[in-house]
Amino acid sequence: MSYIKPPFRHPDLPTNEVGYSKKDYEGAISTLCAGCGHDSISGAIVQACYEMSIEPHLIAKFSGIGCSSKTPAYFLSNSHGFNSVHGRMPSVTTGANLANRDLIYLGVSGDGDTASIGMGQFVHAIRRNVNMTYIVMNNGCYGLTKGQDSATADFGSLSKGGSTNMFQAIDLVGLSMELGATFVARSFSGDKTQLIPLIKAAMSHQGFAFIDVISPCVTFNNNVGSTKSYDYVRDHVETLSMMDFVPDKTEILVDYAEGDSKSVELHDGSAIQLHKLASGWDPTDRNLSFDRLHQSRDKGEILTGLIYIEPNGSELHSVINTVKKPLNSLSEKDLMPSLATLELINEDHR
Amino acid sequence: MSKNSIKINDFVVRFANVNGTGSASANTMFAKSIFRMGVPMTAKNVFPSNIQGLPTWYEVRVSEKGYLGRSEAVDMVVCLNPQSLKKDIATVKPEGYFVYDSTKLLSKDLLREDINYVGIPMTEICLREYSDPRMRQLFKNMVYIGGLAALLDIDLEVVKSVIADEFKKKPKLVEPNINALQLGVDYVKSNFQYPLNIRMEKRNLVGNKIVIDGNKACGLGAIYAGATVAAWYPLTPSTSLVTAFEKFANQYRVDPETGLKKFAIVQAEDELAAIGMVIGASWNGARAFTSTSGPGISLMSEFLGLAYYAEIPTVLFDIQRTGPSTGMPTRTQQSDILSCAYASHGDTKQVLLIPSTPKECFEMTANAFDLAERLQTPVIVMLDLDLGMNDHLSDPFVWEQNRTYDRGKVLNKEELENSATFGRYLDIDNDGISYRTLPGTSPTKGSYVTRGTSKDEYARYTEESAEYVKGMEKLSRKWETAKTMTPKPEFYQPHNKSKIGIVFFGTTLFSALESMDKLAEKGISVDAMRVKGFPFAKGIEDFIDQHEQVFVIEQNRDAQFRSLLVNELEINPKKLLKVSNYDGMPITADCILTQMLPKINPEGHEIHAHNKSVNYDL
Ligand SMILES: Cc1ncc(C[n+]2csc(CCOP(=O)(O)OP(=O)(O)O)c2C)c(N)n1
Ligand code: SF4
Ligand SMILES: [Mg+2]
Repeated sequence: MSYIKPPFRHPDLPTNEVGYSKKDYEGAISTLCAGCGHDSISGAIVQACYEMSIEPHLIAKFSGIGCSSKTPAYFLSNSHGFNSVHGRMPSVTTGANLANRDLIYLGVSGDGDTASIGMGQFVHAIRRNVNMTYIVMNNGCYGLTKGQDSATADFGSLSKGGSTNMFQAIDLVGLSMELGATFVARSFSGDKTQLIPLIKAAMSHQGFAFIDVISPCVTFNNNVGSTKSYDYVRDHVETLSMMDFVPDKTEILVDYAEGDSKSVELHDGSAIQLHKLASGWDPTDRNLSFDRLHQSRDKGEILTGLIYIEPNGSELHSVINTVKKPLNSLSEKDLMPSLATLELINEDHR
Repeated sequence: MSKNSIKINDFVVRFANVNGTGSASANTMFAKSIFRMGVPMTAKNVFPSNIQGLPTWYEVRVSEKGYLGRSEAVDMVVCLNPQSLKKDIATVKPEGYFVYDSTKLLSKDLLREDINYVGIPMTEICLREYSDPRMRQLFKNMVYIGGLAALLDIDLEVVKSVIADEFKKKPKLVEPNINALQLGVDYVKSNFQYPLNIRMEKRNLVGNKIVIDGNKACGLGAIYAGATVAAWYPLTPSTSLVTAFEKFANQYRVDPETGLKKFAIVQAEDELAAIGMVIGASWNGARAFTSTSGPGISLMSEFLGLAYYAEIPTVLFDIQRTGPSTGMPTRTQQSDILSCAYASHGDTKQVLLIPSTPKECFEMTANAFDLAERLQTPVIVMLDLDLGMNDHLSDPFVWEQNRTYDRGKVLNKEELENSATFGRYLDIDNDGISYRTLPGTSPTKGSYVTRGTSKDEYARYTEESAEYVKGMEKLSRKWETAKTMTPKPEFYQPHNKSKIGIVFFGTTLFSALESMDKLAEKGISVDAMRVKGFPFAKGIEDFIDQHEQVFVIEQNRDAQFRSLLVNELEINPKKLLKVSNYDGMPITADCILTQMLPKINPEGHEIHAHNKSVNYDL
């Protein structure tokens, strides 16, 4: 890993601990529709990375295809990005992660990109516990192809064209819990107070961190009857917990009332501090999380917050036992057996 | 027994077994014994897409002359499979031999007048000698190997050395196997005249050659080439390539102190994910590969287009099998030529490397990684089931002492920070190959978004036609550069001597060369060229230009390679005559001859003395 002095910039701009201003984490100007939820999420990513004081080039960002998948161009322009093909972001990110375990991997996707064409890869990235943050910008429709229902559109919801969705919705949060994801959260694009700490916690988490972000499509799916519209979410959201993310360098101050808060320590020494709204909330109890999720679903509410976390899961590299050094940094000396070995192999085949 | 003339070191033995009975390893030992007697041989496994209980065949061709293609003239069938008896008897050539388990009498209607029957009561011998049912089954295989050793005059000491090597890790098994072998020898010696008219004699014709299959050679090549990431999805006949890589990696790539691995292998959820992982890893600077076959190529196509257009090094092995669709999954073919050369939608072209022998598999694998990184594009190494899964006689593997990896145009931190501007797709050197950067290199420079959409030279999304065209033209320039880097064709004559040429690639090599000799015996001389890669290197077009009739010999129905030549070199199709075999079995010299002879223009060739061509590189 390399650390370098940041370039000269206006002395008035505040900088973070590694000397970068927020501008260093921004991207190109968005071409999405004005008011699109995805832009708010991009903003939250910028803010989270700035606040976390990660050098921008140590993050690699990935996406599939869709309005949502265009966003890597709109945040972190000093990070390498890979806008891959529809539904295949997880495999590309998995491969990149195998090549260099030292970078921070951030994947963004849409509900179409994830819950339909990319369902297989999504499921298997969870199963492998790839060390990455996976954000679905969930608008319940295919924005880029002009508003068709996606697989997360709720049963009975109305599309812009007025037709009723006749199929069950796939709940990506419930699904990823079922599959054993080690970090599962949900938020709303408009709720920065909740979303920013969630993104920070996800990026610090060692293993697969999933955040389902309800992100209304103002053009095709912000109509009455859509459960992914701004209005619907505002009226039906039920927040599990408010949380702070405490980086490892900061002293953890325990100043919350007993019974209302909880601190979860992450692998890298940082911590998530939860200020519970829901009583008895413990995000490390999988069964409790399932129950809570089902209760909200039955009530037609959207449960948000950090729903489940297993801070000590084994991510892919530790499962397959790779060396600590990034594989892409190994040289001939590390990789090439000797000529004598080759002669032995030849001899074995005579 | 036949009064035929004696044939030394020149015959074909076909074993008919039941899948899953342990015959495979016995048959391999038979082939190895031939090889260790210093005589060239080739072995072909003909197996069903099934794990247990179906017929399977194993053919060993022994050829003092060094002919390593398949031959349909079977001198001896060794039949252990009652299911296929009738068919097997029919495949013996007249005057040939049918060796069978005579524990049960053959029914009258199975008797042919024109062949010789050699009955060895294998089951009976094993029932008598062994009590454990598993041993009875397994040793039956050694009994017939013993019988064959006596019948064919194979040196018993050689067979014993092969057995000792086979059970190196389980030395307790050596003696019982040798005992079983001896039971077969003894039975033949006390019941038949031996050896038969087809028989072995020791020679010194294999030099320092080795016997290995192409998949293993590729797996080893990937180790030497420094591949660290392999992602794959099981698919016959490509699976054993990754298995071999894994085995070698566990031997040579584990840190002895920590036990940690200098490689990562992921069995993906499908071929799309496999190639996606390879692309992600290569994009991030690791050498990565996947291995698949036709159905996988179809699934990987979208990603191959992305890697072509976004210019990401990608190494992919296609072990071709019989299509279309699931086809005959365990039979060979060279039928993915077009689907690989033009894999993916839009104007895409892919670089192909086409080895013919295990040694070339090893070398071309290493070269594939260099080439993919140098050209920043997918490189597909095209084997077929015959090369990938069958043992072939081959020159030994060689590796240059100080070989380094060509990582291509990748800017390191200093180069990047000292460069005036960075544009991922700028063609600074005017060879169509741009400079790339890896994530994490520098906090201030060199980042960009890789994308499959149209982009400008700075990797920014654009829908400007002019920018799009500029990008496509750059890729065309790169294609021209690629032509100087793909392997040159191999010629089998110092100078052209005929107006007739033959062109072939991959495993067709063996039968093509044999057919040249057979044509020469008829007084017809032809010039030969083997193509080893795509885009077509210099020399290929010249060869075609220099001949009046060019036969393109290949193993698919539609003469795909011929189409590729016509398309890429703008050759008059009438000039290229098609010779093909696509029944799933490796092509034979006879098949080539039968198709060529009627079409050969009598004016086109001069008569030359028979010029043997057995000393080609393997
Ligand atoms: C193989 C393939 N099929 C179809 C498409 C067309 N397509 C582009 S984006 C998209 C859906 C995107 O929906 P979502 O992931 O929810 O993203 P959103 O635009 O809603 O943010 C589709 C079907 C494609 N690009 N590739
Ligand atoms: S169509 Fe919808 S999802 Fe796409 S940019 Fe516009 S608002 Fe956003
Ligand atoms: Mg969507």
